[in-house]
Amino acid sequence: MNRRYINRIKDKAFGFVGLIATLFGLLILTFLIGQVFYEGFHRIDLDFLKSLPSRKPEKAGIYTALAGTVWILFLTTIFSLPLGISTGIYLEEYTKKNRLTDLLEINVSNLAGVPSIIYGLLGLEVFGRMLNLGNSLLAGALTLSLLVLPIIIVTTREAIRAVPNSLRMASYGLGASKWQTIWEQILPASMGGILTGVILAISRAVGETAPLLVVGALAYVPFAPSSPLDEFTVLPIQIFNWISRPQHGFSVNAAAAILLLLTITFIMNGVAVYLRNRWQKKHNW
Amino acid sequence: MKSTDYKIKSENVDVYYGDKKALTDINLNIRPNTVTALIGPSGCGKSTFLRVLNRMNDYIDSFSMTGKISIDGEDIYQSNMRVEDLRTNVGMVFQKPNPFPKSIFENVAYGLKIQGIKDKEFIKQRVESALKQAALWAEVKDDLKTPALSLSGGQQQRLCIARALAVNPKVLLMDEPTSALDPISTSKIEDLIFNLKEKYTIVIVTHNMQQASRISDYTAFFYMGKLIEFDKTAEIFTHPREEKTQNYITGRFG
Amino acid sequence: MLKFSGAITVLTTFGIIWVLFSESFSFFKEVSIVEFLTDNQWTPLFANKRFGIMPLISGTLLTTAIALSVALPLGLSIAIYLSEYAPKRLRLIVKPLLEMLASIPTVVYGFFALMIVTPFLKTILPNISGFNALSAGIVMGIMIIPFISSMSEDALRSVPKSIREASYGIGATRLQTAFRVMVPAASSGIIVSVILAFSRAIGETMIVAIAAGQQPRLTLNPLVPIETITAYIVQVSLGDVPHGSLEYKTIFAAGMTLFVFTFILNNIAFWVRKKFREEYE
Repeated sequence: MNRRYINRIKDKAFGFVGLIATLFGLLILTFLIGQVFYEGFHRIDLDFLKSLPSRKPEKAGIYTALAGTVWILFLTTIFSLPLGISTGIYLEEYTKKNRLTDLLEINVSNLAGVPSIIYGLLGLEVFGRMLNLGNSLLAGALTLSLLVLPIIIVTTREAIRAVPNSLRMASYGLGASKWQTIWEQILPASMGGILTGVILAISRAVGETAPLLVVGALAYVPFAPSSPLDEFTVLPIQIFNWISRPQHGFSVNAAAAILLLLTITFIMNGVAVYLRNRWQKKHNW
Repeated sequence: MKSTDYKIKSENVDVYYGDKKALTDINLNIRPNTVTALIGPSGCGKSTFLRVLNRMNDYIDSFSMTGKISIDGEDIYQSNMRVEDLRTNVGMVFQKPNPFPKSIFENVAYGLKIQGIKDKEFIKQRVESALKQAALWAEVKDDLKTPALSLSGGQQQRLCIARALAVNPKVLLMDEPTSALDPISTSKIEDLIFNLKEKYTIVIVTHNMQQASRISDYTAFFYMGKLIEFDKTAEIFTHPREEKTQNYITGRFG
Repeated sequence: MLKFSGAITVLTTFGIIWVLFSESFSFFKEVSIVEFLTDNQWTPLFANKRFGIMPLISGTLLTTAIALSVALPLGLSIAIYLSEYAPKRLRLIVKPLLEMLASIPTVVYGFFALMIVTPFLKTILPNISGFNALSAGIVMGIMIIPFISSMSEDALRSVPKSIREASYGIGATRLQTAFRVMVPAASSGIIVSVILAFSRAIGETMIVAIAAGQQPRLTLNPLVPIETITAYIVQVSLGDVPHGSLEYKTIFAAGMTLFVFTFILNNIAFWVRKKFREEYE
């Protein structure tokens, strides 16, 4: 009798603990974003968006960093999207299950777990030095593309795997070739999942700092890049740079830039989640 | 009947999945414009045999086969046979309805689309004719853009039949087409099959003996990978020659 | 074209290994590997050069240990709460919010650590320095919580329902069911999540680069500046180290050390996960 009572108390207690733990993370999130908002929101105005970096915090703006981020976003997408999706299709539809494909799978899974800074070292040597791209946008985008490639490959494979085999069989049974089946049935059915993965991958690339620092993206770039071979900086690096400066004005700038970066990140992730929900509703296998 | 008058001819066919022998020495000749039912207990190989006829077993890695399958006199496993052409000639309807997640129209038109047919009028006519043959036209003609997945189970299966018919096959293979459906849908489809044999040669796998005796002209009884008996349906069900057939039909095992 | 895309991942792996190994090989021609592994000071950028990697490793492990001690209890509690206690609606709200937590760029977390957590810690621990492992570790832990919670939750949910129902059927409480039945049954999945979280923490760069300091130091004291492997690589990249010099090569030696660690961890996790899948299929 007594023990059952104690058990019930413990049970309820953990429920309370668990709830607190769950809310803790979210509370911290809200608190921290609130702080950043409080510090930086007032700093955001048209001047801030249009100005170039400067040694004086009140004059400094994020124009070049924003331009660099947009460039990186587009270039990385161009490189990683077709390559990642076609690799995913190839691995999922065109290879048989054997030792070789197991190794390929382990390999992709390993690449997904390699710290992003190591991709930076790879990019520095291969793209920066060997291909002589220096610290250009191209070098940075290629490096980030390699970084996000495993993510796109894995989500593409999972989206394709979710398509039931009966659909494939129905298509083959009508005389469709393998490629027709993929293009007409499997890809459309898995597109929602694939797009979700791509958006999440690119959103990750937009927030990356370390690999680009290693490749040589500069912290002080007083011009916006006009070609993929130009030097550049991106929002996260600008934030990093401002955080490292002692003047209080710069930490205000950093807070403001963080708000912009978070907005971009949350919008992209929000779109991805929305797409995922719509796709799951439509394909209720 | 001359051997060239048979629609489908199976000669000494053995099927293996890896080391496991799934079918042994199947010799079977199917006449045109008939309904042939393949019956037998679970795992006896009837579905395997059905899939051999349109080479759907090709997708199973461990599958291998000896012997000859001819359709209209042509060996369908010869190396220069284009499997895609075979399948526009030999259509298949599966056990669980599997419409594509597209509209009714797109489902039925799919088989034509992949052949590169672009003539819109032609496609529209074929779609309408197929849906009529599948006894679905009256129910869906008002909006062919409706998603196929919004149809009921029985309607979806008739849609799958229409989809198979749209490419004008000569042979229709059906793998337990009504086992996932309710009795009313089942009887609609049985009526359908009866009407279809005017134009097509139908081979249907069923575990429902009453269904076999209702709709088929010929019946083949499979047991443990062997073809035990093949004869006119009326004969099989009234005067079976083999003891095993007799036992299965009277329900001694199944 | 498709066949080429299959090759790209293999090429990437070879690229990484080749780059790290060839530069490290060249590095080890000038610095003995014994010194690298056993010396207790790391001062390649100073006049008196010492090349012992231990301080960087200890900095990395110290911050990681702090991070895990935050993330593990919280992440696991959240996972158990969401899978065993929480009403469905709460789960549906919380999961996307946790995903949001995981998607915040790490430079933002670095800002939190330096600008908010460190000053706060100063009020309770006045001798803490401006750069320290504790701040960075705590914030890293917060960043990792979604890793552990979502993977552990998936592991818990994939345990067959019948096992949970059997436990309730005997009269066990949710707590007892969770800890005595569900967690052991999902243990491989939970272990995988911890290993991967560990690997993630070791490879983290920005939080520690911003908040933990740039003083390589072999210590267990969380209140003083240290330097991690990743922060060192950033430090050199931002400086004026000439290509091909010994100092330049140190980042590859350090990078290789990091790669070896994470490679081993990720592979262990992969094999555990594979074994786990086999049990339930």
